[in-house]
Amino acid sequence: MRTAFVEGLSELAAENPNIVLITGDLGFGVLADFRERFPDQFLNVGVAEQNLASVAAGLALTGHIVFAYSIGNFPTLRCLEQIRNDICYHRANVKIVTIGGGLAYGSLGMSHHATEDIAILRVLPEMMVVAPGDPVETRKLLPQIMAHDGPAYLRLGRAGECPIISPEATVELGKPTTVRSGSDLLLLTTGGMLPVAVGVADQLGKGGVSVRVASVHTLSPLNKSVIHSMLEAVPAIITCEEHSIYGGLGGCIAEVIAESDLNPTFRRFGLNGRFAQGVGSQQYLRAHNQIGHEALLDLARSLHAQATGFEPKPMRR
Amino acid sequence: MRAREIRLAALEMISTSGASHVGSVFSSAEILATLYAGILNVRPSEPEWPDRDRFVMSKGHAAAGLYAALSLSGFFPHQRLEEFCIDGGSLPGHVTHHGIPGVDVSTGSLGHGLGLAVGFAAGARKLGADWHVYVLLSDGECDEGSTWEAALLAPAWMLSGLTVIIDYNKIQSLGRVDEVVPLEPFAAKWRSFGWQVDEVDGHSVESLRQRIDPVRWPSAGGPRCVIAHTIKGKGVSFMENDLLWHYRCPVGDEYDRAVAELEAEA
Repeated sequence: MRTAFVEGLSELAAENPNIVLITGDLGFGVLADFRERFPDQFLNVGVAEQNLASVAAGLALTGHIVFAYSIGNFPTLRCLEQIRNDICYHRANVKIVTIGGGLAYGSLGMSHHATEDIAILRVLPEMMVVAPGDPVETRKLLPQIMAHDGPAYLRLGRAGECPIISPEATVELGKPTTVRSGSDLLLLTTGGMLPVAVGVADQLGKGGVSVRVASVHTLSPLNKSVIHSMLEAVPAIITCEEHSIYGGLGGCIAEVIAESDLNPTFRRFGLNGRFAQGVGSQQYLRAHNQIGHEALLDLARSLHAQATGFEPKPMRR
Repeated sequence: MRAREIRLAALEMISTSGASHVGSVFSSAEILATLYAGILNVRPSEPEWPDRDRFVMSKGHAAAGLYAALSLSGFFPHQRLEEFCIDGGSLPGHVTHHGIPGVDVSTGSLGHGLGLAVGFAAGARKLGADWHVYVLLSDGECDEGSTWEAALLAPAWMLSGLTVIIDYNKIQSLGRVDEVVPLEPFAAKWRSFGWQVDEVDGHSVESLRQRIDPVRWPSAGGPRCVIAHTIKGKGVSFMENDLLWHYRCPVGDEYDRAVAELEAEA
């Protein structure tokens, strides 16, 4: 996703000199090409995220489209009030871009795990929140985010994720991307959990359970009518996110369900209000914290059984 | 525009609405008067004029003073000042740009203004524009780490189009600056960060003009910092240098006495 972002931004910057990429002293190696190609469109404020946000707002208010780049929590939680007051209140055209969403920086530890950022940023007025599921979605959403005249938060994973979505697929800001079709169970994912959900869907599919998987990349503003129509088409729903189950995608969908006339079997799959435990890679931490393939498979099976009455004693998680 | 007019208008606004921060407005009245009477290149009839100088009122709690200065400059009718801090009003107690001609940015939480101003100045340079950016800081907000993040960056980027003015009234919310978190040696701090610094009597319009005006005191290639030594509550004897008037609202006899003192000023 990181590579898709930098390549995509380079294309956009070549056409639009008003684009500015500003970093909080991160992006070693990653931003080197951009910096070399567009020296007048690259700025580094140093290790100072509060200033990053305020300077980005000031730059945007002079007519620039500003991409403020750093790792997960740094340009989000560290400078939340600057984002709220300086960027959002002024509707400044600042796109905050983070890498390391969820547990992507697994072994680097808690400070580098971005697991509450979606919940916190999506409540800010004017802030668009986007967490693509793979590099293809990232690339296709980037120009649309740029064209949105206002604040946005683009939450990316890392480099080297496998593409899941077909390059020919239509990816539209504000509209979940359906990646697998099905009618027995709906797996709604955001960010880097997409491949996990797809893996589970494919496995269940072999056993005759038809699972729809959709990447809910745009978490704010949430397209409630589209979500509602997706929810009413299935008996059971699981939200999947490498994030707290509170306030993120799970929270979004719970809010839609609570205010609707729907009564589906529904579970939120993600970090259960705890910091991720253990030390290791993203893959390791997912498994260790029960947010990996096996845990989702178990939950999906039991929920499907519960919704269809297939098993008398569904396992609860 | 005279500082006394700003003080009288703000005093009425604050007193009528039961608001705070009269002492902070009074300490910065000459600074605002200087800026709006000849320094800021702005057009009251065309507030969004793209080539205007930008002004960031980082000490957003002294909003009454800014609104008064804007009104006295002709950005909106004087009568609108009655809409300060009242139910159904249009001028909130901390600076907002929403619906107020002449305000470039909203402030109120301290420590945001200098970073915004650095962004403005960097944006101007990138555009090749020659407008100038002025930002008014309080001394208290120099406790904020974010202020110093921006203070480090502006000289590194050689932002010659940026001028900081500090209303150094030496009293913050809960006490005297030198007792809460001392800033001294204040000028030396800014200088050591790479700023072109001078100190002036913040109640002398002529001294302020000599240092704030980039023509009279040109940038040597980087940002400039004018430390304005001021007196909290300046202009009303019983308010001067008294922490009480950071928050206290003058009412009844206090208001009448304050008006009388301000009107008696030569």
